[in-house]
Amino acid sequence: MKELIVISGKGGTGKTSLTAAFCHLAHNCVCADCDVDAADLHLILNPEIAQSHTFSSGHEAIIRQDTCTGCGLCEKYCTFDAISQNKNGTFRVDPYACEGCKVCVEFCPAQAIDFLEAECGVWHSSSTRFGTMVHARLHIGAENSGKLVSLVRREARTVAEAEHAELVIVDGPPGIGCPVIASITGADGVLIVTEPSVSGAHDFERVAQLCAHFNIPAYLCINKYDINPELGDSMCAEAAQHDIPTLGKIDFDPAFTAAQIRCQCVTEYEEPGTETIATQVRDLWNTLEKHINP
Amino acid sequence: MPEMRKNQNDSPFTLAIASGKGGTGKTTLATALAEAAGMAVTLRDCDVEEPNAHLFVRPRWNRHTEQNRHVPQIDAQRCSACGKCAELCQFNAIAIAGGRAMVFTELCHSCQGCRRICPEGAISDMDMLMGSLDCGVQLKNPATPINFISGKLAIGQVMAPPLIRAVKNVGAAEPLNILDCPPGTSCPMITAVRGSDFVILVTEPTPFGLNDLELAVETVRQLKLPFGVVINRADTGNSAVRDYCRDNDIAIALEIPWERSIAEAYSRGDSLCDASPALKNKLHTMLHHIMMREETV
Repeated sequence: MKELIVISGKGGTGKTSLTAAFCHLAHNCVCADCDVDAADLHLILNPEIAQSHTFSSGHEAIIRQDTCTGCGLCEKYCTFDAISQNKNGTFRVDPYACEGCKVCVEFCPAQAIDFLEAECGVWHSSSTRFGTMVHARLHIGAENSGKLVSLVRREARTVAEAEHAELVIVDGPPGIGCPVIASITGADGVLIVTEPSVSGAHDFERVAQLCAHFNIPAYLCINKYDINPELGDSMCAEAAQHDIPTLGKIDFDPAFTAAQIRCQCVTEYEEPGTETIATQVRDLWNTLEKHINP
Repeated sequence: MPEMRKNQNDSPFTLAIASGKGGTGKTTLATALAEAAGMAVTLRDCDVEEPNAHLFVRPRWNRHTEQNRHVPQIDAQRCSACGKCAELCQFNAIAIAGGRAMVFTELCHSCQGCRRICPEGAISDMDMLMGSLDCGVQLKNPATPINFISGKLAIGQVMAPPLIRAVKNVGAAEPLNILDCPPGTSCPMITAVRGSDFVILVTEPTPFGLNDLELAVETVRQLKLPFGVVINRADTGNSAVRDYCRDNDIAIALEIPWERSIAEAYSRGDSLCDASPALKNKLHTMLHHIMMREETV
């Protein structure tokens, strides 16, 4: 069983639209959405939730006002600026800034701070028209997105083993930080979907370095290629120098949005005039599949 | 309408440009607003994982500083392997092995708990590189310079929030601060928008745009920040984002149409104000409405 992660560095390059099409085109795959703080894959895959579980990780500090002496030591010790004094003199912890380090709880001379387990999100195992899907939702402002990403990947692999699926296809988050690192470490391959713009080129460079840093095979797809073919070609040349092969160039096409509005992926959207774009995506998938499963 | 208080004081105004979904046009809008402001501004690129605003501002750089955060360093001579540090650490960044404490710096959140709790005084601070800060200035219009600050997370570093805090805190505050924020609704986005006077959520009229806008709206409402929406590529997709805003009393501050010429200008790193001078006037008007905290158009 192999695990393919689709990432982009820059957001909005078409990761999720292409991932959905891959889930359509792959035979016998399990789909996972690891963009846990802005998940969108479910809008195309329309999952029917079979099981839901809460995800608890870490703790948050809460000051008991009746025990607090107002000494202010917690505010002084907090390195996350999460504790502040209200106008009436009482202290409070901002749950959106608290990282659950327990320092205030440990050092409070009056032992006035509770440390409660935090529910950070929910995750689901669902059925879709393309197979089983594992997806999750991090609560607003919750910590531990990396741990939730790791959990989604682990569950997707477990399902794939049980179902004898050959492939897990993961829709990854944008950026290069915690959730992205949790998404790509140990994967069999990473497809980087980018666009030919100065931002796309800059961000591609950073994710390419990240893949090299963690020693994960990476492949490139240039989406919206015809917006700036010259820059697109120079990005492919740059990628080749990093030993990243370009597996496809996809033109800008309103069919992606039109299909999304119908909750379809672009390869399912069989309207006149969309044959070319569907063929480009199918060709990309066929090439990618050969690289993942040589 | 979200609550928009009248601003009576002269303290700097901080405007955060955020979105749930990536690629909706945050950087385009933030850089164009800085140019259209008609006053001195400080533009801060808080998207430290993938900073792009410099590609459009093209500032004259004048300062580069490496940014460190503190991680623990154990003095093996003093460490008695009592395990208090490992017990306190909530991030599994310290373990006792081979009769001494070992640190996994990449897991450390720099909370200082281990250093404070160590009974032997065996733990001190060590600098770990988390990224860099670059400062510069753009003098395209010398009367209204754009002071520019950009943070860049080092490759392989997990945690963006400490560097985002550094980007927000460095340098003198101009009357107007514009923050180009990271996408999403988790810690990096919240660290960036926290404390702002107003948040613009940039979206696009598609199912993905709407889904992520709803999450971003929930986030800024929980943070009790006043906000408005800008719809980019407004003439594509469907009407669901507009319907959602109407049904939830959310102000649509501006709609920007999709034009191939704008997309091509963006791909080259050209400014939106140059690609569409008519938009520059609209941005100026919108910005000043927001700063007066009157109802946006």
